[in-house]
Amino acid sequence: MSAREEGAPTSQIVSPGGASRVPGRTPVRRFEHGSRVPGWDRAADLEKDPALIPDPDEVEVPASLREEIEARMRDYPDPHSAVLPALRAAQELHGWCSPEALRQVACVMRVTPAYLESVASFYDMLELHPVPAHSVYVCTNISCSLRGADELYSALSEQAGELVNVRAFECLGACDIAPMASVDGAYIGPLSPEDVPALLEDLRAGREVLADRHLSRRRVADPRGRESSGEDRGGAD
Amino acid sequence: MAAAPPLLLFDGIDLPGLRTLEVYRERGGYESLRKALSQEPQEVLASLEASGLRGRGGAGFAMGKKISFLPKGAIERYLVCNADESEPGTFKDRELLEKNPHMLIEGIVIASYAAGASRSFIYIRGEYVEPARALEQAIAEAREAGYIGERILGSGHSLSLVLHRGAGAYICGEETALLDSLEGKRGNPRLKPPFPANQGLYQGPTLINNVETLATVPTIVRLGGERYAEIGVQNSTGTKLVSVSGHVQRPGNYEIELGIPSRELIYDLAGGPPEGRVVKCWFPGGSSAPVLTGDDLDLPYDFDSMARAGSMLGSGAVIVVDDSTPILDVALKVAKFYRHESCGKCTPCREGTNWTVKMLERIETGEATPMDLEIMASVQEHIIGNCLCVLGDAMAMPIGSMIAKFRDEFEAHIERAREARGGV
Repeated sequence: MSAREEGAPTSQIVSPGGASRVPGRTPVRRFEHGSRVPGWDRAADLEKDPALIPDPDEVEVPASLREEIEARMRDYPDPHSAVLPALRAAQELHGWCSPEALRQVACVMRVTPAYLESVASFYDMLELHPVPAHSVYVCTNISCSLRGADELYSALSEQAGELVNVRAFECLGACDIAPMASVDGAYIGPLSPEDVPALLEDLRAGREVLADRHLSRRRVADPRGRESSGEDRGGAD
Repeated sequence: MAAAPPLLLFDGIDLPGLRTLEVYRERGGYESLRKALSQEPQEVLASLEASGLRGRGGAGFAMGKKISFLPKGAIERYLVCNADESEPGTFKDRELLEKNPHMLIEGIVIASYAAGASRSFIYIRGEYVEPARALEQAIAEAREAGYIGERILGSGHSLSLVLHRGAGAYICGEETALLDSLEGKRGNPRLKPPFPANQGLYQGPTLINNVETLATVPTIVRLGGERYAEIGVQNSTGTKLVSVSGHVQRPGNYEIELGIPSRELIYDLAGGPPEGRVVKCWFPGGSSAPVLTGDDLDLPYDFDSMARAGSMLGSGAVIVVDDSTPILDVALKVAKFYRHESCGKCTPCREGTNWTVKMLERIETGEATPMDLEIMASVQEHIIGNCLCVLGDAMAMPIGSMIAKFRDEFEAHIERAREARGGV
């Protein structure tokens, strides 16, 4: 799902005679020796042992995290099922699924860090690289893009700066407020590129972002659904 | 058809505090559960079968029949509610989860009673933060009040319910991928058969249903299966939540009686495309459904009519595209989505989605020839039916339908882009 290790390549080469000649097309990223795979020529260290299930004596796990993970493990007939909630909890604590975070989860759940990394790399919301504290997911799928999501996304990524993790996301399930974004988990829309400065300002100031645009305050579109709930209840249309 | 179609799922949906147990109970909440528990599980199942309720998640499989497929005997059975609503264009479950979570919980408890399941899970997509919060509170309230737990309302039925949050992967809406994800693995689909009814979660018999399907169960118990079946049309009974989005003036969720003309849904309810625009094409059931055109607007909106027109009702997500958007843009968006979400397990899907995107991009840059359309169409044909799950098909079907129905536009686009690039 997500590309592996997209760290800054030491030498990024764009092939001279290839696709880059076509106007309008993004040139293919090339790495060492023209390969599309970064680090392909770095040999694996065959002498190095794979990381085993961490020894509890050697890993310091914050008590709150251990408690949370153990509680979630008890929820399921098979404690393994708690991998996603455990990774989420670790990410909340560490900011991302860092090697240290994975080691702590691995230690409590008695699995290898590699297993956890294989799971974490599958899911879009688990971060295997450090990310800024705030996240803005812009839905750029079909319904939103028909209403201008791509322009919204470029405006956001241009203006966001270091503080905000702006990502183009797949359908977030809020096409009724398209184009929209999920700002630290809160669904906000409809948004236009003109709203971006205010949105970022609210975010930087630690205020509620665009308070009048929250989906949670919006009424259902179905007129009979509204009627049966009583009119004039306030709330945005 | 009745003169005034009933409002079953959206009745009072915006009432303040509906998400709390107090208000839900004031409105007669959990009375259906009481009624169900006073009957034998077989009676409840018979009622569900008589209702003709078809799954609201996409496949449209009869819910009662699905329960009856579960093996009998003294083994642990599971019920999983699929709240991973990720099909592009779909947002109906979100409205229910956030505003009326107790209706879903009541449906889950009744369905688990009919299915003989003692453990249940709700798999909700990770992006749904507010709905998850609403559900969590509702589950805690229901547990406190004894609607979930040991010997519910003094009956012999016990049920545990766990809310499991996903972490962002479209494929986890596919039922077997969802089960793997729930077991703490990467969300890769499994080979079927065995179907989850026989071997699902932890290899045990598992009933998986969509949020809307389960939320309809209390209504069916209240009305009785036969009366529910009078709503809608034959083979598509009941009401359906429809999410209308894209180029319409009033996008949003609407509860309709199945079988109403599609035009009524798109124009009368959702307001149709903006002034001066006409419908170019529309997806009747999420972006996985083959597109229909403006000529199909008079078709009744129900499972069978959509299938006869070569498409599907799917999750009930109507995406409308007006004549201001080139069909290539639509195709490219759809194809890129499936390329990103393909789990990579099966070659036809992994490679097919990737090459379809590349070929579509070649049209835009003026590198494509009309022959590419043939190749693209054949790629779609080779994806369909050749993978473990239907993610690849879900791209192949709409892309194939766009090439078939808008061939002239694709060819003109190819020609124009080639000229702009400067001949051959």
